[in-house]
Amino acid sequence: MNAEQILFILFGAVSLIGAVSVISFRHPIYSALSLVVTFFAQAGLFILLGAHFVAAVQVIVYAGAIMVLFLFVIMLLNLGTLSAKGAIGPKVKGFAVILGILLAIEGIYIALNSANDTTVAAAESATGTTTTYDIGKLLFSEYLLPFEVTSLILLAALIGVIVLVKRESQEEN
Amino acid sequence: MENLPLFFILSSIVKIVIIVHLLLIGVMLMIWAERRVSGWMQDRLGPNRVGPQGLLQPIADGLKFMFKEDIIPDHVDKPLYVLAPAMLLVPALITAAVVPFGSSIELFGETINLQIADINIGILYILAITSLGVYGVVLGAWASNNKYSLLGGLRSSAQMISYELTLGLGIIGILMLTSSLSLRTIATEQGAYPWQWNFLIHFPAFLAFTTAMFAETNRLPFDLAEAEQELVAGYHTEYSSMKFAMFFMAEYMNMIVGSAVTVTLFLGGWHFFGLENVGGPVWSGLISFAIFFVKTAIFLFGFIWVRWTLPRFRYDQLMNFGWKFLLPIALTSIVVTGTLWIMTGSRLVVGIGNAVSAFIVVSIVAGMLVMTTPKPAIQESDSRFSPTALDAVE
Repeated sequence: MNAEQILFILFGAVSLIGAVSVISFRHPIYSALSLVVTFFAQAGLFILLGAHFVAAVQVIVYAGAIMVLFLFVIMLLNLGTLSAKGAIGPKVKGFAVILGILLAIEGIYIALNSANDTTVAAAESATGTTTTYDIGKLLFSEYLLPFEVTSLILLAALIGVIVLVKRESQEEN
Repeated sequence: MENLPLFFILSSIVKIVIIVHLLLIGVMLMIWAERRVSGWMQDRLGPNRVGPQGLLQPIADGLKFMFKEDIIPDHVDKPLYVLAPAMLLVPALITAAVVPFGSSIELFGETINLQIADINIGILYILAITSLGVYGVVLGAWASNNKYSLLGGLRSSAQMISYELTLGLGIIGILMLTSSLSLRTIATEQGAYPWQWNFLIHFPAFLAFTTAMFAETNRLPFDLAEAEQELVAGYHTEYSSMKFAMFFMAEYMNMIVGSAVTVTLFLGGWHFFGLENVGGPVWSGLISFAIFFVKTAIFLFGFIWVRWTLPRFRYDQLMNFGWKFLLPIALTSIVVTGTLWIMTGSRLVVGIGNAVSAFIVVSIVAGMLVMTTPKPAIQESDSRFSPTALDAVE
């Protein structure tokens, strides 16, 4: 077993433990922190894949920005420990089971088909790592349309948020 | 992971040990300097009893901290309370891993870069790690289970998220002109003379970045998270002994690393009038390191200087300043730098364009603020804190 495999097992294990902790901790702050741990382990996995840029963005966007906002909201609302009973009803459980089965099918499908997948290989440069340069080039040539559509969606979301917040504050006045 | 040469591993370990110790010594010196310079600026002496010029004062303070009783109050959330100081200190330490502290040294026939790791996403790494610093503050604040701590933590997280944007956008202009994310490449690309350094080409971005860095390090005028008059000591109110010392050290370490990053990005790194090339392969490396050290030290002096020059912002001023001035400046700088660089390819034009456009943007924003602010948002006569209300009582 070489160093890369050891690191893969380590990051994978930490990622799984973090993911399980998210749903097993009773306190929302601990759940949120477990999610941060998972994001970190996944960033580690991205680095092992040679995708340094994705790893950095993963930490900046998810661990650095989104989860801080989550913590912020949890702290502001001062959510206490969830009670053991009554939090999850039978409808939610049924829904969760369906989603879980769907996700499992998806996972199996991807695992069976990943051998033929060339999209990752296409982005790799000669050194085996995906550099920011390669990603930029691909985004502005091959994937230009999806990239621009994504940015439009983000813009729409941004404007939507501003409109919603504005309306509320005007009603207050 | 291929088999790494033994020499590489050994030199890396030596570099890590040296840089970590330099940072810790730097923190000590910085604490001493802050107190002495503060004293000087307020026309008093400052600590000068322990050792020559009071230089050993930080060591005395450190010893005192170690022997203080380490109190963990009953009402805190213990695991997070213990974890929080470390979560602030560790990001501050590991950011230094990608900062190039000098050019390179040739020893035993091998070239050693004066940098722990030259990774190709250097800047993103720094942004990623600094964005984690906020966890220490927020968790410390929440785990303390104290309203002053919590208020400090909330203020700090809102502030850090707001100013992180400017921090990230401010460096994009540099990335466009250097077309590299590696800090070593950015430092090397800047020439030997001050007018070739990035701070002139990207002057508005430089100002925005530096200001945002002050906010990220929670220094005056952005230290609302620990505003003494309002929040006792903010997020570290409940901390004592070495746990408090760790918060304290993290603040100074953040300042040092922040200054080092600014010097690398904007102030030419280790370049100074070609002085860094004087001497042989060993000496030039050491001289470049000394130049970098002096530049960082001067920048750190600026931190103390600003502290005793500018008063603390009010919270709404802080948010207005971050979102309505710094962010537009950073965004304009990206657009102008990109457009002019494609059109002319001249650094001079980009520099002038940046300065002019930032001036226009600031004028427009200031004008709009003046035009759209009708009356004071809070009706002064209704507020029991307003001077007019006091008059009415009297």
